[in-house]
Amino acid sequence: MHPAPSVILFTTFSGLGFGLLFWLGLGVIAPSGLSAFIWFALAYAMAVGGLFASTFHLGRPERAIKAFSQWRTSWLSREAIAAVATLIIMGIYALFALFGAHLKLVGFIGAIGAIATVFTTSMIYMQMKTVPRWRHWTTPALFLTLSIGGGALFAGQIVTTFLLFTAAAALQGYTWITGDSRLAQSGTDVKTATGLGHIGDVRAFEPPHTGTNYLMREFIHVVGRKHAQKLRMIALILGFALPVFFLNFHFNHMLALLAVISHIAGVLALRWLFFAEAEHVVGLYYGKR
Amino acid sequence: MTSLPTSTEKKLGLVIDLDTCVGCHACVISCKGWNTENYGAPLSDQDPYGANPTGTFLNRVHSYEVQPPNLKDGTQPAAQLIHFPKSCLHCDDAPCVTVCPTGASYKRSEDGIVLVNEQDCIGCGLCAWACPYGARELDADAGVMKKCTLCVDRIYNENLPEEDRQPACVRTCPSNARHFGDFADPESNVSILTRERGGFDLMPEQGTKPVNKYLPPRPKDVAPEFDVLAPYLEPIAADAKGFVGWLDKALNALPGGVN
Repeated sequence: MHPAPSVILFTTFSGLGFGLLFWLGLGVIAPSGLSAFIWFALAYAMAVGGLFASTFHLGRPERAIKAFSQWRTSWLSREAIAAVATLIIMGIYALFALFGAHLKLVGFIGAIGAIATVFTTSMIYMQMKTVPRWRHWTTPALFLTLSIGGGALFAGQIVTTFLLFTAAAALQGYTWITGDSRLAQSGTDVKTATGLGHIGDVRAFEPPHTGTNYLMREFIHVVGRKHAQKLRMIALILGFALPVFFLNFHFNHMLALLAVISHIAGVLALRWLFFAEAEHVVGLYYGKR
Repeated sequence: MTSLPTSTEKKLGLVIDLDTCVGCHACVISCKGWNTENYGAPLSDQDPYGANPTGTFLNRVHSYEVQPPNLKDGTQPAAQLIHFPKSCLHCDDAPCVTVCPTGASYKRSEDGIVLVNEQDCIGCGLCAWACPYGARELDADAGVMKKCTLCVDRIYNENLPEEDRQPACVRTCPSNARHFGDFADPESNVSILTRERGGFDLMPEQGTKPVNKYLPPRPKDVAPEFDVLAPYLEPIAADAKGFVGWLDKALNALPGGVN
């Protein structure tokens, strides 16, 4: 799959933003006054900024409002509704928090909404039968762990961060190990794609055109996979190892900032790999992955 | 609404004969020609006369080389080149429809055609992600999803002569490799063809239940070594007489071998 910057930025920052809203909603940190303003502004900047970035992925973003209508079947529609509902509910919570009142029930509902939003995002990918690497329970599990793990880091919950980062790193490793063989195990290959396997070995001989096309740009991404193994290590180090290392020292804001920047860089790399390494079965028709 | 109909009255679709397709791409051109000026936004091209031309097509022809396994005596049979037209299969269980967040994609309950209402399409591309066949392409100019309409604006069009009321690709195919009809009717041309020739689904394991069927190439017969011109190229006079005969013998007698 083409690793589109808009979608990488969206999943990374919305994930962190809603992760932070989750902890704020649960009342793990209950700031008020100016500090509440700063916490919620940070969470909203990431969540809304991510959602805004995702509209750059659309061909006709001016019609985006229509995406709220098909919640019965479409995970993308459910995501849009969950995101906006969560932002409204947590907005009410934040408004009262500014004046020192913490509406526990509203915050709790908002926290569930934040989890639901990240879950619906992950289901957009997990539902794709056409991308065997994504079609696995690890996709939502990893999205959720990364989101609330990153949120815990932002919320300064050091022990929780450590536990969730350990879980996320282990889950990510397991996802890579099992994901690498999932296309081969999916049962879809060039023989079933063409239905010609009963004659013999099938090889793509001539593509339909001399140039490229939308399908090849969107679904076939070979160049960047060359350094995938190195990038995996870099992502694990930046995303989990370095932040945990920084947090090990006596807490100060400079180290916390370094931990946050390192974690964001790591998650961006993870998301880049999430798309770049995903093989869409349409590539089989072109003899490429 | 992006729910799929539980059943459709008709199941209109295509049978594509991989035995007779000659890979001429006429269906590709006639499809683009009709659909760029009819249903919905035009099928745009980018940099059409430049170094890297691309464009939107609803139908594309791939070519595959198939190498049959070695025979029992160890000889390798000739590889086959099979041309493979591919367009929307109008699946019964179309994953492209249910993922649509706006309701722009839908499957018609009356005839099973999968269409995009371009006024509602936001161009998110998710339907193209969900399609295993690469049947949908986002038009780079209009920003909306384009796909085969089964020429819905031809097949019911009473302004056209009756023989033209079929998809442009079917109408134009010079080798009769494309057939259009109703799969819900067991006695239709397409149902009979599918039954008699062993029509199959592409990627059945994806669970999309495609309506369009493909007919496999017929087995190749093995022709004996045969040269049409050989009888005419035989020497007319095998043994020369007279002066030419003497010359032939004399030259053969010279050192340097016999020709």
